[in-house]
Amino acid sequence: MKPRVLQLFTSGVNCDRELRFAFESAGATVTEMHVSKLIKNPDAIKDCDVFAIPGGFTYGDDLGAGRVLALEVERYLADALQDLHERGGSIFGVCNGFQVLVKAGLLPQIEGVKISLTWNASHRFECRWSRLLVEAPMGHILPVGSVLPAVSAHAEGQIVLAQGDADVQRLTEAGVVALRYCDKNGKPTETWPDCPSGSRGAIAGLISKSGRILGLMPHPERNLSPLHLPDRGRGAWGDGTEGIEFFRGMLAPYLAGVPS
Amino acid sequence: MTSTAWRIELELEPSRKDPLGNAALQSLAARGLPLQSDLRVGRGYLLPGTLNRDQVEQIVSRLLADPVNEVARIFSPEETDEQGDQTLLVRRMAGVSDPEALTATRALGLLDIDLPDGGQVESYRSYRCLEPVNAALYLEQGGRALANLTIEEASLGSASIGLHPEPTARQSVRTVVPLLDLDDAALKAVSGSMSLALTLEEMQAIQTWYREVGREPTDVELETMAQTWSEHCKHKTLTGPVAFQQLDENGAVVAERNYENLLKQTVFAATQKLAPDWCWSVFKDNAGVIAMTEEIGIAIKVETHNHPSALDPYGGAGTGIGGVIRDILGTGLGARPFASIDVFCVGPSNMKHEDLPPGVMHPDRILDGVIGGVRDYGNRMGIPTVAGTIIRHPGYVANPLVFAGSLGEIPRKYVDKAARPGDLIVAFGGLTGRDGIHGATFSSEALHEDSESVDSAAVQIGDPITEKKVLDVLIQARDRDLFTAITDCGAGGFSSAVGEMGEAIGAEVDLDRAPLKYPGLSYWEIWISEAQERMVAAIDPSNLEELQQLCTTADVSLTVLGTFADHQRLVLRWHGEVVADMPMEFLHGGVPQPVRQAVAKAAPANDTAWPETAEVSDLLLKVLGHPSVASKEWIVRQYDHEVQGGTVLKPYQGANGHGAGDGTVLKPRLDLPQGIALGCGLWPRQAELDPYAATANAIDEAIRNAVAAGGNPHRTAILDNFCWGDCRKPDRFGSLVLAAEACYDAAIAYGAPFVSGKDSLNNEYRVGDEEKAIPPTLLCTAISIVDDCAKTVGTPLYAEGNLLILIGQSSDDGGASVASDLLGLADSRVPRPNFETAPSVFAAVYDAIQADLLVASHDLSEGGLAAAAAEMLIGSPELGIQLDISRVPCSDATSSLGRLFAEDPTRFLVEVHPDNLEDFATIFRTLSWATIGNVTTSGKLVIHDQRDQILAEISALQLAQANGILA
Repeated sequence: MKPRVLQLFTSGVNCDRELRFAFESAGATVTEMHVSKLIKNPDAIKDCDVFAIPGGFTYGDDLGAGRVLALEVERYLADALQDLHERGGSIFGVCNGFQVLVKAGLLPQIEGVKISLTWNASHRFECRWSRLLVEAPMGHILPVGSVLPAVSAHAEGQIVLAQGDADVQRLTEAGVVALRYCDKNGKPTETWPDCPSGSRGAIAGLISKSGRILGLMPHPERNLSPLHLPDRGRGAWGDGTEGIEFFRGMLAPYLAGVPS
Repeated sequence: MTSTAWRIELELEPSRKDPLGNAALQSLAARGLPLQSDLRVGRGYLLPGTLNRDQVEQIVSRLLADPVNEVARIFSPEETDEQGDQTLLVRRMAGVSDPEALTATRALGLLDIDLPDGGQVESYRSYRCLEPVNAALYLEQGGRALANLTIEEASLGSASIGLHPEPTARQSVRTVVPLLDLDDAALKAVSGSMSLALTLEEMQAIQTWYREVGREPTDVELETMAQTWSEHCKHKTLTGPVAFQQLDENGAVVAERNYENLLKQTVFAATQKLAPDWCWSVFKDNAGVIAMTEEIGIAIKVETHNHPSALDPYGGAGTGIGGVIRDILGTGLGARPFASIDVFCVGPSNMKHEDLPPGVMHPDRILDGVIGGVRDYGNRMGIPTVAGTIIRHPGYVANPLVFAGSLGEIPRKYVDKAARPGDLIVAFGGLTGRDGIHGATFSSEALHEDSESVDSAAVQIGDPITEKKVLDVLIQARDRDLFTAITDCGAGGFSSAVGEMGEAIGAEVDLDRAPLKYPGLSYWEIWISEAQERMVAAIDPSNLEELQQLCTTADVSLTVLGTFADHQRLVLRWHGEVVADMPMEFLHGGVPQPVRQAVAKAAPANDTAWPETAEVSDLLLKVLGHPSVASKEWIVRQYDHEVQGGTVLKPYQGANGHGAGDGTVLKPRLDLPQGIALGCGLWPRQAELDPYAATANAIDEAIRNAVAAGGNPHRTAILDNFCWGDCRKPDRFGSLVLAAEACYDAAIAYGAPFVSGKDSLNNEYRVGDEEKAIPPTLLCTAISIVDDCAKTVGTPLYAEGNLLILIGQSSDDGGASVASDLLGLADSRVPRPNFETAPSVFAAVYDAIQADLLVASHDLSEGGLAAAAAEMLIGSPELGIQLDISRVPCSDATSSLGRLFAEDPTRFLVEVHPDNLEDFATIFRTLSWATIGNVTTSGKLVIHDQRDQILAEISALQLAQANGILA
């Protein structure tokens, strides 16, 4: 049986097609549902293995990226999502979806750490390729120390933490830092352009302690073949397989069937 | 009467740098108000004064303020702002839409906070100086620097500020405009006072018609005719008769030609003659449609939004993109947009503020605004902005040009449409407001120094998320076969949309049913409002319920406005009373078409030769920094040019992402191998000397871009966008006739049909008695089908030891080239394509790419051979280039600078593995080509001349820096 992905849709979601294509290419069946329908029937979440929030500008990001959808998720879907997580399902958010997960309090869920995603240090929207170093907490999805090339395309991707570097350390020790922006030698960096946002601790993605709530800013779903790479697969950006491996890794636990 | 309000300002934590504050300080300094103080920019919100403090604090902490990053300054309606004199508040004027505030108002429901009846939130910006400033000066200068006073108002924080009152209601009873007994002067006065932009001949035609039917027109009938007959909607100049004279440089007549319908006999005629079966829809819908596969078509359209962008660059460019995207949505029964194009023509960066004509913004501010507008609209819609360019020229200072293009994917079965009598007329998407009244007629007249104040109602603010919802619903409804026809509301609003859809059958509309942003619009305002993000569709009544359900789920407004009829009349009602009743035939066919005069005088010949001695390195570095050649990567990276995951050959390429590409290649369908390559060309500097050559070169360049990347020249369609001055003046119209003739000749030569086009005339600016026209500007956009996206090639160098081959013939013709501009040469010799050989060159490049012979390919454009070589190295700085210009295919007499910097069309610099040279030669045979260099690992561009002297030796880093690349 194929893993079942439920993809959330609402006003301003705009990376739904490529995310769906990535999940399907990695072996899943994808159902898409508008948040207004899901709010009326949160039980629909029971029928999926992975709940995914694609990228976009939900409600225009008018009050801060992902803010309004995060309120809706918190208010109407929190119980159903908790239930999904408890029975072994996954929750995934990319770009705007990641912003929603953070602002709804689903990531990183570390006591005492106040976190937000805000405007890039440049205060500009940046669309460029990034290298993401896979950290140990994400080792069940991709090899630790490997690099996942993905496309950063956001204006509000800078992780900010109330306690600064002390919070970075807390997050690292808690084992929730999934991905860090790195340079071409694989060294993590907070410096533009390798880190397009100036994100604290070079954090590009977070994962729950359970390993089943995952969010990241850059888009792995835009890296599904050598044709996608800026250098057409000449080596500087991997070989075009890393993106699909990422999705396969996320879906792997559900290939055997419904989680218990 | 304004109501009191809570004032909330959210600033970054004091410890954090504020880039917006720094940018504001720079704008103030540029306006002559250098401040010593630090400045903090705030996101401001006004909340109704009836809320209590608890509620406000909850709204701030849970909805508005970032929990980590921001601090809130909160003022109750009674409180005074201690630092009010050093805080500038900028807000939108009443009636200008404020999508952010709507989001906030609706989100309050998630906090269980209900606003009092009609209560709302408003957004604004605050600029707080940390040190005291001269308040009066700050208000005056700061207002100009930080606000766009056409649509915004500035005040000091010390003054009380309240929520805007609802807009005032206008008359809404049937009103006639007596015309029957007016003389010519009075007829002109009516056109002027109602802003109809109708000529005397047109007013006379209207008068004659009403005399025949024996009644006076109503106001809305006149407004409808003004919209339908406007240059913007009707293209009277290009489709009317013209008497053309061609003069030599001394003014002697060398040729005379007459056209009944210029467009039909040039641009359309070429398409009709070529008539390829892969063109599915040309010149009859909102966009042209060509086949990508047997089942999937590509819709393409390029529009301009010049005058609105002059007044409000941000809003004008944003709604320009929004408008052309709706053209794609309204093509056939709906196409799905997958790419956008933007091209900007603005004044030079080094203009001094004091040299600007009155009422004109600085070119840099205009450029920033239009980039921001395209960025914020395109990114939010999730449509990648993938192609475009920028031209800087003094002729655009007062009248910038903003071209916006869109492409969509459409299944073949949805390409055709026709409304049927009995179908419901439904409107869905945005609500109707007073914004954008008279946009179509406004764009048909010249700008003048008072434009910024009197035409503010013609400016609109877009709401991309509303349009995105429209897109989502529209594609779902199309796939359920709910529409019988659909079109967008663009210029002229409902009047144009309903008028065009019902042209053959007739329509009846109840204007009082239109959903409004606020009450109090008169019926004629509703009818012609160009409020954004609205579509009009014809549906069978049995489909209404299903469409309504889709709209409800997606939170999209849907209204039945009326029905299509079979009486060939346009009938408008207002609360049951008929306020307009006109036959479609008069509305669409009644416009008089006088013969227009056109005269083109040749520019004085001037064969200024290239200097023998010039410092090539220095010149090349300057060429790379010239605005036409300088890297536009800083702009492209602000656009989400990879959303939808189909951008497989990017605008900036190579491992470092700095290599300027030619054609962008996109895969609209991720599950198919096919794609499209896009190119564009425009040569306004050349057009000042030779409009025919400039047009031919623009077409050659657009196709060349696409072919260089791997596009199929045998499946290439092109689009024309004419932006000209006031063509009622024979000299303006004369250069346009030459350009139209070049369009025909080039399209036939290349076998590339025009599938869509648009013109924007009256791009003139009036200061006092002087009228200035922009340079004649023909933008050509090319779309080529790519059969297999794997067979496409980028511009960055590939590997050491490969050969660099120059394809095409070079010359000394340096007229209007970047290098001659920099050297101050007055050369008038403009190169032009050889229509005999150019198509074979394109075919050969395509064959070579299909045979995998090219590993890098770059077309030669502004800056010539030298700039192209430099750009290939910038994309692969670890490699190097050795060039020997003695081998360049050209006449022996051609100078070194001509070989390096002249801008002859139909040329490519390509990289080929030595083992493939024989196969390459087999394809190119007797065409002009030569191996002129090879790829090294020196990290340098080294250029040798005929005497084997080194003319230049420049590192990749220096080249990149000169090109303006940031990192």
